[in-house]
Amino acid sequence: MVDVRYDIAFKLYPYTRVPAQDAAAVRHPVVIVGGGPIGMALALDLGQKGTPVLVLDDHEGVGQGSRAICFAKRTLEIADRLGAGQPMVDKGVVWNVGKVFHGDDKVFEFNLQPEPGHKRPAFINLQQPYFEKFLVEAIRAAQEQGAPIEIRGRNAVTGLTQHADHVALDVDTPDGRYQVEADWLVACDGARSPVRDMMGLSFEGRVFEDNFLIADVKMTAEFPTERWFWFEPPFKDSGQSALLHKQPDDIWRIDFQLGWDIDRQAELDPVKIRARVDAMLGEGAEYALEWTSIYTFQCRRMKKFRHGNVLFAGDSAHQVSPFGARGANSGIQDIDNLGWKLDLVVKGLAPDGLLDSYSAERVHGADENILNSTRATDFLTPKTEISAIFRNAVLDLARDHAFARPLVNSGRLSVPCVYDDMPLNGTDGLAGPEMTRPGAPCVDAPLRQGHLLDRLPGQFTVLALNTEAPEISDVGGVSIGTVSLMTDQDDPTGALAQRYLGACGAAVYLIRPDQHVAARWAQCDAEAIRSAVDLALTRGAGG
Amino acid sequence: MTLKLTPNIADPDDFYDALLAAHEGLDKAQSDALNARLILVLANHIGDRETLFEALQTARARARD
Repeated sequence: MVDVRYDIAFKLYPYTRVPAQDAAAVRHPVVIVGGGPIGMALALDLGQKGTPVLVLDDHEGVGQGSRAICFAKRTLEIADRLGAGQPMVDKGVVWNVGKVFHGDDKVFEFNLQPEPGHKRPAFINLQQPYFEKFLVEAIRAAQEQGAPIEIRGRNAVTGLTQHADHVALDVDTPDGRYQVEADWLVACDGARSPVRDMMGLSFEGRVFEDNFLIADVKMTAEFPTERWFWFEPPFKDSGQSALLHKQPDDIWRIDFQLGWDIDRQAELDPVKIRARVDAMLGEGAEYALEWTSIYTFQCRRMKKFRHGNVLFAGDSAHQVSPFGARGANSGIQDIDNLGWKLDLVVKGLAPDGLLDSYSAERVHGADENILNSTRATDFLTPKTEISAIFRNAVLDLARDHAFARPLVNSGRLSVPCVYDDMPLNGTDGLAGPEMTRPGAPCVDAPLRQGHLLDRLPGQFTVLALNTEAPEISDVGGVSIGTVSLMTDQDDPTGALAQRYLGACGAAVYLIRPDQHVAARWAQCDAEAIRSAVDLALTRGAGG
Repeated sequence: MTLKLTPNIADPDDFYDALLAAHEGLDKAQSDALNARLILVLANHIGDRETLFEALQTARARARD
């Protein structure tokens, strides 16, 4: 039987018996273990590209509890590419202003409002169950259009044998066990990844001995839609730091840092939680406890994210502290990176060595996230007397002096990573802006109609600005799209020129299917594009 | 080396006097806090990464046990 480990918020893929349960093991090109946000986003990406994918999840829907609530612009852009972004933005709460307090006093406030000319806001707050539900709804819509995606609920992977050319899985269901085979297995099964354990793989890293209490409360309060963060909060028993942040449906995320030496059971007593929340919100505040949880966290990653025909993505591969919203957001960047590579390998259009670049690029991303979140944690929870002295000195100075405010670290909010110096990067033949150098994710810009990123779907695209694009529609079976834009007609705000040309008059960019820049030139011919595509696919010359 | 390690303060006694005066009447915790604020203020004034890291190394070199 399959253990039910948590309650379901939305029952989206109820168990149904399938004929494969009574037959010999069926081979699938791609099997994804874990139907969380990362697994579902990958399934959607692969299915839309026409690669058949089977998702095995040990539950029948989305677990309860808001969990990840902060979704970054890059995540929304990826969701847009997958056709799931709009409902997220419609439902989500947009916020820009953050306030930082130390005790009773406001230290300073910041406004995240990004430079104008982006379709999506810097962040939305949205409960994770909604994020997952919108992905599954997009999968259902894609299935109706013929996308070869199958989700099997209450199918728990209990055994795994790795062979040279496939992975054999034992799958437990309410009707007993059966076998599934996969050419490629992707483990999106979370921080405690059973797949990782079954393969005897582990990882090393820092464990933080600190406990955080989440209380999501439902109330119709007058608080503005802002992120409020307290160092050494003034309210009774609130711990060393606290956070107040709004979600949709009149839900507020309250987060208390409790310290390491606590009695978990006692702290989870609703009476005790209410006492803390009362002290924070003030006497007489009316609210209902929606969801509570105590968590500790770790900053660590696997040494590599590819082990032969098994790939790891999201929390199964790496974990960070929650400060900075780098958990779910980095997992979505993982599958953005993995989706097109796996698709082309399955279709025989790229060698499987391309998947090593998934590991290299996303290990680089994970290291950046771990570095940032470790630094934030060191600021939030000073480990020595002197680090506490410096932390408080920064907060003291930040009240009066602008120079100290950039030193205040309550979490450096997630921004996408640039794949600098990675093997897939081609020529940088343009004295263009830093922000769009090879390896960087394309920066959005408003066009005469719509936005740039909407014109860069999940395939290689040649973006020609103020010049004729070389004529090329295919490199060794991989199709190449073309977008030609003239800044005197298509660039109403000047953002396109500023972000892609700088001081240059014209440019040709080769954009990868995940909207990262592969190479760029002032001028180039079809041969240059062909070489850059081959390089980005790790195909030898002439591919 | 961009860090200046040759005499650069015009009136050293006057500066030293002011440094001690700034701590006058403070207890240990208050003095520690003042020192921390002073380091941050000076570090920002210097700004240059190389100079700051050389200064950290120079100070750290004396911390032998």
